[in-house]
Amino acid sequence: MSFESYVSILDSTVRLGTPLLLACLAGLFSERSGVFDIGLEGKMLVAAFLSAAVAYTTGSAWLGLLAGIAGSLVFSAIHGLASITFRGNQLISGVAINMLASGITVLVGQNWFHQGGGTPALSGAARFRDLTLPFANELRDVPFLGPIYAELISGHSVLVYLAFLMVPATWWVLYRTRFGLRLRAVGENPAAVDTAGVSVVALRFAALAIAGVLCGIAGSYLSTALAAGFGREMTAGRGYIALAALIFAKWRPWQALGSTMFFGFLAAVSIRYPTIDLGVLVIPNEFMDNLPYILTVVVLAGFVGKAIPPRAGGEPYVKER
Amino acid sequence: MDRLPKWADAVLVPLLSIVIAFVLSGIVIAAIGENPLNALMIMIDGGLGSTYGWGYTLYYATNFMFTGLAVAVAFHASLFNIGGDGQAQLGGLGVALACLFIPWPNWWLALIGATAAAALFGAAWAAIPALLQAKRGSHIVITTIMFNFIGAGLMLYVLKHFLKPTGSQDPSSADFPAHLELPKLGEILGAVGIPFSKDPPVNVTLLIALAACFLVWVLIWHTRFGFALRAFGKSEPAARYAGISPVRITMGAMLISGALAGMMSINNVMGEAQRLVLNSSEGAGFIGIAVALMGRSHPLGVLLASILFGFLYQGGAELSMWTSIPPQLIWVIQALVILFTGALDNMVRIPVAAAFRKFGKRRT
Repeated sequence: MSFESYVSILDSTVRLGTPLLLACLAGLFSERSGVFDIGLEGKMLVAAFLSAAVAYTTGSAWLGLLAGIAGSLVFSAIHGLASITFRGNQLISGVAINMLASGITVLVGQNWFHQGGGTPALSGAARFRDLTLPFANELRDVPFLGPIYAELISGHSVLVYLAFLMVPATWWVLYRTRFGLRLRAVGENPAAVDTAGVSVVALRFAALAIAGVLCGIAGSYLSTALAAGFGREMTAGRGYIALAALIFAKWRPWQALGSTMFFGFLAAVSIRYPTIDLGVLVIPNEFMDNLPYILTVVVLAGFVGKAIPPRAGGEPYVKER
Repeated sequence: MDRLPKWADAVLVPLLSIVIAFVLSGIVIAAIGENPLNALMIMIDGGLGSTYGWGYTLYYATNFMFTGLAVAVAFHASLFNIGGDGQAQLGGLGVALACLFIPWPNWWLALIGATAAAALFGAAWAAIPALLQAKRGSHIVITTIMFNFIGAGLMLYVLKHFLKPTGSQDPSSADFPAHLELPKLGEILGAVGIPFSKDPPVNVTLLIALAACFLVWVLIWHTRFGFALRAFGKSEPAARYAGISPVRITMGAMLISGALAGMMSINNVMGEAQRLVLNSSEGAGFIGIAVALMGRSHPLGVLLASILFGFLYQGGAELSMWTSIPPQLIWVIQALVILFTGALDNMVRIPVAAAFRKFGKRRT
């Protein structure tokens, strides 16, 4: 295998890993505050649809992004209403959100564009185009580092760079700010946070809002940068893979970068090499596609380090008993 | 918090929830420029207006009874089995293997064999998440979600590489032998003189589903295991103190749950398609969640909720035929039902409880 093909696999790793990374960080904020969020998939789907639809209608990818974030925030608010305000079951709320998203995107999409629930193909300014970093073309011929810079580091949409910046930003917010300290505390011991006079409800809603914004960007990236338009069910389980990556990363931001890029790499390899012939055995495509899920089960089983979720995760907080 | 009378808790709250879900769905329909009342009339006519419509409604309801019971049994042990869809698909594999590779002399022997295979395969697919939950504390919701995906991948692999007839492009199995076709409900009712359309795929599996509802009721409320299951579901520490083994309950509940989800496949794989296709369950495992929530995890509630959802499915299919509303409307209704009966339960319950308090005071 040539050096170029290595670079090109890593390049698509970044492309395919970016939505996972954004959704994974979204889940990280939500779950660190003690709210399980299996609705990542639904929020991404709604955002992907609204982004593509608005971008197509207005011709602006940026307006599409805003619409996607708004849609995702509405779904976050529903999740918050159900799981924080009315202290309902967070998992059931997540399931409902995912179903609602799959249904409503097709329903509205079919009514809006009459293309089987998808949007027409986007072109021009309705898509986020790949940026060329300074000197990328000039440095292309430098051996080894040239292609890495020109192909792998340069030439992605602005949302990819944003996603990567979100990793140190998340780390900083989580570990170096007062808000982050409280957020982590509310996911472990909400009663203590409440005793200190800080609102558990407000903190959790804030975490869900951040998650909504991040899922919105993830969905927008899917339909207006990675692909040119929305197709029904286009998230295709990425929200669940992001959830798996979050467990893999044990709810920590830098590890989330690692796990999402690893899962992105698996997807890139599986697209490039549908079957991998190792001589003694042939690894089928279906195995590669499902490796993230299988690995997550292995991690959850505690055979490779124990994944311990935030202690108060999934428990609605009741102020007085 | 105030305790509601039993009937209000079991009937009034779910009923109010579904009314809210329907009203919201009506608003969605109006928002996309269709008449909600007209849509409802088409659905009622298409789903319940003829024995043909009833046949399809009951066919779907049969699927949902199995997946609903599966979720309900796990709910009683405070376990949330989201993996019903994967378990149903694996159950389909069991049915296909039993029907394709065992030379059954007639349909009813094949039905017994296929039912056993479906239950076995479904239970096996639930066994690993159950074991991980019981022994290693891995969260069953996440593992069953993962097993849905792994199951779908496995089915694609098995269909493409082993069960697909040579030369076929379509990833589905060969047709089952013709003499294994299950008797339709129309034929059974026709034999006793009741006219019923023979076209819809509703078949003898409906009777098995009804029996399953009864057996689950017996299991949960009239057996020692059912008592332990409910005790464990109410309070794990208390159950443990009473000498109830958490491993035994978790494994037992999930194996029964998986088996029930798997048994759905005798209806759709053996009863309807007569071969195994990709994604045979078509999301019925997830509808089981809505059905169990609406039915308050009680077999009778599950039975009624299944018929309601069967009607929604058949009505929704008719709706997409006669109007521009796509069948995905059902997903919206279903999501709203899950949301209001499951997650936003308190939103309905608190005002109802307040109303009862006021009403109660006036009487004393």
